[in-house]
Amino acid sequence: MYRKKECIAMLLAGGQGSRLYALTEKTAKPAVPFGGKYRIIDFPMSNCVNSGIDTVGVLTQYQPLVLNEYIGNGEPWDLDRTRGGVMVLPPYQGKSSSDWYRGTANAIYQNINFIERYSPEYTLILSGDHIYKMDYNKMLKAHKQNGADCTIAVLKVPMEEASRFGILNTNEDGSIYEFEEKPKKPKSNNASMGIYIFNTKALIEYLKADEADESSSNDFGKNIIPAMLADGKKMYAYLFEGYWKDVGTIESLWEANMDLLGRNPAFNLYDKRWRIFYRNNAEPPHKIGSMGKVVNSMLTEGCVVNGEVVNSVLSNSVKVEEGACVKDCVIFGNVTIKKGAKVEYAIIDHDCVIEENATVGASREAGNKIAVLGAGYVVEAGATVEPGAMCEAKK
Amino acid sequence: MSAIGIIFSNIHDRSVSELTRVRTMASIPYGCRYRLIDFALSNMVNAGISTIDVITHYNYQSLMDHIGTGKDWDMARRSGGIKILPPYISAFANNQNELYHTRLEALKSINHFIAGMTEDYVVMADCDVICNIDLSDMINAHIESGAEMTFAVQKKTLTKEVARRNTLMKADETGRIIDISAKPNNFDGEADMCLNIIVASRRYLQQMVLDAIAHDYKSLTKDILIKTLDRRIYKIYRYEGYSAEISSLEEYYAHSMALLADPDKYDSLFNIEERPIFTKVRNSPPTYYSETSDVKNSLIADGCIIDGTVENCILFRGVRVGKGAVVKNSILFQDTFVGDNVSLNCVISDKNVVIHEGITLSGAPTLPFYLEKRKMI
Repeated sequence: MYRKKECIAMLLAGGQGSRLYALTEKTAKPAVPFGGKYRIIDFPMSNCVNSGIDTVGVLTQYQPLVLNEYIGNGEPWDLDRTRGGVMVLPPYQGKSSSDWYRGTANAIYQNINFIERYSPEYTLILSGDHIYKMDYNKMLKAHKQNGADCTIAVLKVPMEEASRFGILNTNEDGSIYEFEEKPKKPKSNNASMGIYIFNTKALIEYLKADEADESSSNDFGKNIIPAMLADGKKMYAYLFEGYWKDVGTIESLWEANMDLLGRNPAFNLYDKRWRIFYRNNAEPPHKIGSMGKVVNSMLTEGCVVNGEVVNSVLSNSVKVEEGACVKDCVIFGNVTIKKGAKVEYAIIDHDCVIEENATVGASREAGNKIAVLGAGYVVEAGATVEPGAMCEAKK
Repeated sequence: MSAIGIIFSNIHDRSVSELTRVRTMASIPYGCRYRLIDFALSNMVNAGISTIDVITHYNYQSLMDHIGTGKDWDMARRSGGIKILPPYISAFANNQNELYHTRLEALKSINHFIAGMTEDYVVMADCDVICNIDLSDMINAHIESGAEMTFAVQKKTLTKEVARRNTLMKADETGRIIDISAKPNNFDGEADMCLNIIVASRRYLQQMVLDAIAHDYKSLTKDILIKTLDRRIYKIYRYEGYSAEISSLEEYYAHSMALLADPDKYDSLFNIEERPIFTKVRNSPPTYYSETSDVKNSLIADGCIIDGTVENCILFRGVRVGKGAVVKNSILFQDTFVGDNVSLNCVISDKNVVIHEGITLSGAPTLPFYLEKRKMI
């Protein structure tokens, strides 16, 4: 017996995140660590929970092991429910056909059965690769007030960057009259955040039509939205104001981590009214030794710091030994930085070891690029990893 | 091997009365993010015990809040799991409604539960001894030795004062207990001190509790153990790792600070690969160290924001240390707020204490300055 839900969320988490290179070799992008304690998917998941959405389908495809394990039964987000809760939805084999997810729209199409179980009036489509705090409930309220068929969340971006986004051109009342995917000459700076609320009935109708069209690339931005616009459906933009960051590249992932630092950070994790939930490791408290020095940085459980840490975000159980120096870095779990090693302007994936007196990366101020070490990579004693290097994860 | 656990949450509450005014011994905060019961619970969970009864007496609201469903210890089970047993007041028997004082009386009060146990062995523990012990090894030793009860002991050199509040056990070369002195008045030197972690064979325990009810025995040691040493086989199990017994506020302070001073002690509690200590997850963000922070030799939980100087301290979750504040040799519990330019030395602040700007407070290591829960200064 499935009780009817007003609104359920479908979270697209199958993306490879190929522009994160070594970091997504064995991990789907939504499961990439962020901010010391979190993974990227914690943000849309926590947003759902904080917005009162208790039924979330997570569509996985690329390297799902870590992601599946992380989501588990949904307990960290209070989504281990008897009715609803979180459900991981991988591609599956059907009687007449079986297929990988061929695009965002096709992924949802293949899970229409899941949606129909709860017969929700509204379906929220999310993606698992952005860092932001958003009350989806407010967006839903606007959607209902407008009597819309589809509402798309938009963000004002700088005009010069608008050509990198899907741009929605709207009338004064917020209704959309045109959608342009990465326009050369953008008419506005309303960038689509890839967050959609559909009337479920309309969504299913258009997904089915889209599936029947063999020339379609089965994508929300490229196919579904333009098709609905062409048919004169009621489409509205919902303006989101606040911090939002696409962490699809090494640079933006680094920047988003740095946005957490500062006494008045660009993105505040300490807001008790909008908590971000995560799966906990149950590790002991972190420890600053008598030789340790920590400035403008974030540390979490299990870390032991006897060296210097400046402008950095450290995940659980990172060890920084005496005389080692970590500056402008994002370091994932269980990394050991041994005596005298220098790590500057780098993203270090989990379980890496940087042996004594080794050097990784170089000064950011001097215009160098970010160095990246894949999971389990070992930098030998005294060795150097050049800035901008991309070291692959240990096989 | 199948075993069930019993944890006594209130035993020895009085010894740390400052901290137990609003909570049980079991729920005294310790080591940045833990509560004392986490050690007893984690030891049991790490030994594969999947049913644990926690006997309470009074002040157990904070304990119930801490344990919740037990899911943080992986003990939210359909069969088994953690069960809190509050005092049982029977409606029509006024004269029987006295609360228990001793371990044996506590066991008598849950006789119905004990009678219904089906596991072969029962592991019992208090909360005032902090240690990370391999209970499955102890249970195996108990099984191999064929004893009725096995007591974890630790060889320690004791002062008269420490000896006076503890039970000392003397064993022969096979480990069989041949003499017990409960709280000896005039003893100092080396002895096997009982850690109050006990493995009992279930059938023996059931019989023992029934006997105790029939004969109105009050004390496990005095009325049962000592009297039956020649007939029953009680063994010791020597624990070699670190243990800390919390029997006064000064000792609480000393044993907390020992975590900072001695990395080996810290590691033998928290860094044993196969035996992590679990606790309630509070979902805090990481801790932020600002440009003006200066932190040395400290243990710090998540969710803190530090703008000031912190030296030789233990900070629990969500502590704020303001700009220009200097905090030394102190233990600040959850959500303590330290304003700008505050100076603290040898202070223990309980939960939600607020210390306003510019205030100076100092205690001594032998007499830490204690600020009660929700105090505003």
